[in-house]
Amino acid sequence: MKERLKRSYDSKYQQSMNPFKRIENVLLKNGIIIDQEKKKTFQHDILIVKGKIERIGEILEKNFRGEIVDLSGKTVVPGLLDMHVHFREPGREDEETLMTGAAAAAAGGFTGVCTMPNTEPATDNKEIVEFIADKFKNHLVDVYPIAAITIGRYGKQLVEMAELVDAGVAAFSDDGTSVADSQLLKRALEYSRMFDVPIIEHCEDRQLAADGSMNEGYMSTKLGLTGIPSVAEEIIVARNIMLARYTGGKIHIAHVSTAGSVELIRRAKEEGIQVTCEVTPHHFTLTDEAVAAYDTNMKMNPPLRTSKDVEAIIAGLKDGTIDVIASDHAPHSAEEKEVEFITAPFGIIGLETAVGLAITQLVDKNNFSLIEVIEKLSFNPYRVLGLNLPKITEGAKANLTILDTKTEWTVDRNDFKSRSKNSPFHEYKLKGRSDGVLNNNFLFINEE
Amino acid sequence: MPFSKKHLLGLEGVSSEEINLILDTAVSFKEVLERPIPKVPTLRGKTIVNLFFESSTRTRISFELAEKRLSADTISFSTVASSVTKGESLKDTAQNIEAMKVDMVVIRHYAAGASHFLTHWIKGSVINAGDGCHEHPTQALLDMMTLREKFGALENLKVAIIGDVLHSRVARSNIYGLTTMGAKVALCAPITLIPVEANLWPVKIFYNVDHAISWADVIMVLRIQRERQQANFFPSIREYHNYFGITKERLDRANKEITIMHPGPINRGVELDTSLVDSEYSIILDQVTNGVAVRMAVLYLLSKE
Repeated sequence: MKERLKRSYDSKYQQSMNPFKRIENVLLKNGIIIDQEKKKTFQHDILIVKGKIERIGEILEKNFRGEIVDLSGKTVVPGLLDMHVHFREPGREDEETLMTGAAAAAAGGFTGVCTMPNTEPATDNKEIVEFIADKFKNHLVDVYPIAAITIGRYGKQLVEMAELVDAGVAAFSDDGTSVADSQLLKRALEYSRMFDVPIIEHCEDRQLAADGSMNEGYMSTKLGLTGIPSVAEEIIVARNIMLARYTGGKIHIAHVSTAGSVELIRRAKEEGIQVTCEVTPHHFTLTDEAVAAYDTNMKMNPPLRTSKDVEAIIAGLKDGTIDVIASDHAPHSAEEKEVEFITAPFGIIGLETAVGLAITQLVDKNNFSLIEVIEKLSFNPYRVLGLNLPKITEGAKANLTILDTKTEWTVDRNDFKSRSKNSPFHEYKLKGRSDGVLNNNFLFINEE
Repeated sequence: MPFSKKHLLGLEGVSSEEINLILDTAVSFKEVLERPIPKVPTLRGKTIVNLFFESSTRTRISFELAEKRLSADTISFSTVASSVTKGESLKDTAQNIEAMKVDMVVIRHYAAGASHFLTHWIKGSVINAGDGCHEHPTQALLDMMTLREKFGALENLKVAIIGDVLHSRVARSNIYGLTTMGAKVALCAPITLIPVEANLWPVKIFYNVDHAISWADVIMVLRIQRERQQANFFPSIREYHNYFGITKERLDRANKEITIMHPGPINRGVELDTSLVDSEYSIILDQVTNGVAVRMAVLYLLSKE
C-alpha cells in the first residue's frame, strides 16, 4: 500500500486506495455455489489456499489457519466483469480516479473492469495503457483496458494496435462516438483479426443524433427537447454488422438501446456473423418517461427509450441475443450535472447498482434464473474478450463474487464509493446486492 | 375556488376550473387597466424578478407592466446568453436571487425545463415565460382569453395552429389549454415541422393548409424562422409561403369568416400576409392587450398561495 502511494502522481485523489484485506488462506463456509458451466447450484465450503481454490466440499474448521467467512444464505458466483466503465483518469480525476472507480467496482461485486479510452488524453498509446495497468498491480480488481480505435478518438488514423495488444489491451473502441468513416472501420476490423480482439462500437449516426438530448418520441415532443431517433443507433448497428460479415472481424455493439438493434443483432447471429452485444441495467429498467421532470441524471447516451424497447431488450437477454450486461459507468461532477437539461453531459454511474438492478429487474420481475444473469455479468464478457473464465473449480485461481440475492435495500448515493453521485437510482428500492468479492489474494466484504 | 398551484410552469395538467379562474380574474383586471389610473395595490411589498435569458420584447414588457399595475417592486434582468456563451450557472443565479429574498421569479430561457430547474433552488413562485420549445403558458392563457372574449366560450371552437409546431412552446401550451377547455385543435405544417407522435395529443393533423382553413373557426399562425430552412425542415421560404403561408387569396378562396391570431413576432409576408395582419379578421393586437391582464391574474393568484 505504501509502495502504491509513492507511485501515485497526485496523492490528493488517491486516499483510501486499497481498502481491501490482503489474505491468502480463506475458508468460505456454507455458501450456495453456482457452477456456471454445469448450470447447477449446490451448497458447499470452499477452501482457498494462496489464492487458489484448493478444495470444494465439506471442510472442517479444525486445523485451518486463516480467515473463516460464514456464507450461510449467500451465493458464491464467478467474479463479475464490467466490460464498459469510464474511469476519468487521466484527465478528470475530480470525477473518478482509477482507484475510486476500482473501489466502486469491488463494492458493486465486480472483480474485473474494462476501462474505456475516452480519457484526457485519450487512451490511444502504450504509455497510458501501462499507466492504467500499473495502478491495478497488486489490486483486488483486474483491469482490462480498452484502447481507442483511432488516435485521439478523432476518427482519422488507426492506433498502433499490435503494440497496444502486446501492452495488454483487451479490445478497441472509440466509445462516445462511432467511427464515422466506414473505410476506416473496415480497416480496423480487418487489422484486428490478426489479434482476435473485438472492435467495440458505440453506434450512433452523428447527423441523425445531432443535438438531441433524449429519445425522439412522444416524451421529447411533450417536453420540447430535441430527440435522438432510434434509427440513429440502428443505422450504425446495421452498417457494423455488414462490415463484420464482409471482413470476418469481430464486432461488439456497446449499450444496445432499441428494439430495432436487438432485432438486427438477432438476425446477424442467426446468419453466423461474429457479433456480440451488451446492454446496461438502466436500459432494461427505465423508459424515457423518467425524463419528465428534466432530471439530468436521466440523461445518458444512448438515451432511455420506450417501454417497447425495454421489452425487446429483456426478450433479447432471455433468448441470448444480448450477451452481456455492462454498466457504462460514466461519472460526472455535480456542477456539470446541475444545469439545464440540454446543457448537461450524457452519462450516469452504474457500478454499484448493476447487480441489484439485474436481480430486481431480471430475476425477480422477469423470471430469469440467477445462472442466466451471472452468465451475462461474468462468463460472457470474458468470452467476448477472449479471456480465461473465472471458474469455481478445484485448482482454479480464486476469483469470485458473493451475492445476497434476497435482501431488499434502498439505494443511497451518499454510500457510493464512486467519487461521483450521478445516479438515476438514488432512493430506488432494489432486491439483491453484492456482499463481497475475492480476487488476487484480496478479500472485500461490504459493510453492514 | 382557490388557486392551488405554487408555480406556473406549463398548462399541461392545469384543470379547466383553474384556467377559468385565471381567465375570470383577468377579465376583472382588464377593467382596472381601463381606469384613468390603471393601478391597484394588490402586490404592494412583493418583489418580483424577471429573468430573461432570451430576447423578448412583447412578453417582457407585458410582464413588467402587469407587475407595475399591481404595485409590485420589480427588477428585470436580461441577457442574450446562450448555451454557447457560458456565464454564471443558472443554479448560481437562482441561489443568489433566493438569498436576496424574492417572492416571485418570471423566467424566459432558451432551455426546455429551465423553469422546472429553478423551482429546485427557489422557495418563491416561479412563472414560466417560455422555456425552449416546451411551454409558454401565459401566452396560451392570453390567447384563450382573447378567444373567449370574441366567441363567448371555448367549447367546440375549432382552432388550427399553423406553422412551426415542432419548435413552438406557444403551440404546446395552447394544445394543453384549449383541449382542456373543450376546444378542438388541429395542427397544420409540413410533416418535418410536426413533432413525432403528435398524433398522441388529442389533435387533428393537416398537411394541407386549405383543408385546415376550411375546418377551422380560428387560425393561429406561428412564426417561421429563416434558420429552419438551413436545417432543411423545408426547401425554401418561397415554397413554404406558397404552400403554407396564409394569404388573402387563400382566405378568399375559402370564402368563409375566419379569425386570425399570431403570438408574434410576425414574419410579415412569410407565414402571414401583411394585409391580413391589419385586417378585420385579425385579433392579434387584442391578444397583446389581454396579455397584461392575464399576467396580472397569474401573478395575483400565485401570490395568494
